[in-house]
Amino acid sequence: MSDLTKLTIAGARDALRKGETTSVEITEACLSAIEGAGALNAFVHHTPEIALEQAKAADARIKAGDAPAMCGIPLGVKDLFCTKGVNSQAASAILGGFKPEYESTVTSQLFDAGAVMLGKLNMDEFAMGSSNETSTYGNAVNPWRRGNDDTALTPGGSSGGSASAVAADLCLAATGTDTGGSIRQPAAFTGITGLKPTYGRVSRWGIIAFASSLDQAGPMTKDVRDCAIMLQAMAGHDPKDSTSAELAVPDFEAMLTGDIKGKVIGIPKEYRMEGMPEEIEALWAEGIEMLKAAGAEIRDISLPHTKYALPAYYVIAPAEASSNLARYDGVRFGHRAKLAQGDGIVEMYEKTRAEGFGAEVKRRVMVGTYVLSAGYYDAYYNRARKVRALIKRDFDEVFAAGVDAILTPATPSAAFGLGEMAEADPVQMYLNDVFTVTVNLAGLPGIAVPTGTSANGLPLGLQLIGRPWEEGDLMNTAYALEQAAGFVAKPGKWW
Amino acid sequence: MSIDTETARRVAHLARIAVPEEELPALAGEFNAILGFIEQLSEVDVEGVEPMVSVTPMRLKRREDVVTDGSQPQAVLANAPDAREGFFAVPKVVE
Repeated sequence: MSDLTKLTIAGARDALRKGETTSVEITEACLSAIEGAGALNAFVHHTPEIALEQAKAADARIKAGDAPAMCGIPLGVKDLFCTKGVNSQAASAILGGFKPEYESTVTSQLFDAGAVMLGKLNMDEFAMGSSNETSTYGNAVNPWRRGNDDTALTPGGSSGGSASAVAADLCLAATGTDTGGSIRQPAAFTGITGLKPTYGRVSRWGIIAFASSLDQAGPMTKDVRDCAIMLQAMAGHDPKDSTSAELAVPDFEAMLTGDIKGKVIGIPKEYRMEGMPEEIEALWAEGIEMLKAAGAEIRDISLPHTKYALPAYYVIAPAEASSNLARYDGVRFGHRAKLAQGDGIVEMYEKTRAEGFGAEVKRRVMVGTYVLSAGYYDAYYNRARKVRALIKRDFDEVFAAGVDAILTPATPSAAFGLGEMAEADPVQMYLNDVFTVTVNLAGLPGIAVPTGTSANGLPLGLQLIGRPWEEGDLMNTAYALEQAAGFVAKPGKWW
Repeated sequence: MSIDTETARRVAHLARIAVPEEELPALAGEFNAILGFIEQLSEVDVEGVEPMVSVTPMRLKRREDVVTDGSQPQAVLANAPDAREGFFAVPKVVE
């Protein structure tokens, strides 16, 4: 078979079961594609020995005839996941050299299902960013370009390496994590599909924490079917994560019928932002028409507190981050600063954290510290949590009125150039998450699906938001949208 | 609400991050930009609204108070920048 790296998970699964190829062959093809893709800086730790060993074991299992769907599928793993004996640094210098003694629940479940790990993927430091420019490994680069213009573009963030690797066919799929849009925004910037599950659907155990009430891991794949297959393997109750839900995981792939007749799709008027580019407006209108043509009922809805989602997020996420990142103290793991004569333990903490954290991480830790500090806790943190309750209530009311899913743009623009936002103030960068962040605050499932291209040839995506725990139904609606949009464009290879 | 250099210094210390004196004014400026953005929240009527604790209404799970893991000091210390005789080593804390 040719072009093994271009296979989807479903395509590879079927070919493997028919004996048309082997996991070792697909894995070797991916490893050589990664070898030739240094310019994308997507893979930052390479694990070819582990990959080939896992591929051989998978082939034996497939031969024995009892292989699950993910068996033998080569994946990339975001650097935020702890992988036993393999560098897991959250793209931060403060975790330089950190090799966990344990395996995250998600990677452990994927490996139990027979999946193959090719290596660890670039990301924004501690998942704090929307452009993969805060990584200690340097920028990940988008395989897409604006026509013949060779300006390097961002793959989005924070799961930028995951998005770049999947879009460039370096792996069949990748794990991502999403705290404010970190799966869906990079998926939209690179023309791939990315799902953030309902909060509690996927275990957070062994995933380096950013904001624990918002973080969720999910699949980043070449299409909706692959999302369904991969989520199946990632999801499920885990006693090691006290917020993981004790709910059965349905057969997601079996739910992809493409039949959405009679489904009610909500169109929230508050997502029609002032100054939104015309091509995003047009993309959204086309998506509405596609779902209508597939038999869905389109309904105008209102989510009145949408405007306050980003400010609430920029209180809650830094507050939780400041607590979670307190553990990086130079004592138990990672970097410790060299101390001067007479330095005590406080100097050790302060110097270690000053050297180990990048600028954006420091900024968020300090903002979080401020909003939690005596005298400001009520004014900022408690108020933000009350606004969060109102944002969730907006969604609850819409779903109670019969809406099955909500359609919005995934991002306010196509991928921008690396460095283009360098002069902007931090808040400008935060606006990238304006359509995605509400979903994390309300704990809902959301999926980004590529449906069109910008005037200069870059992919653009739409977002569908579903009811809690109904990822299956949500992916079915996404599947219908995918079928109607027929997005098949791939980036031209320049790397 | 405006953050001055003195507040920036205090917050940096609370967060245990060393910030050189000459960078404090710029840091205070960045805080002010972010807090200015956050200030919008004061427009929202939150009268009678409970602060959200969890997106799914659930009681924190409990389990039997028994030892489930342990007895692996080597694994625990494996990544320490400085470990000696089965302990994490740090600069002298008590005089």
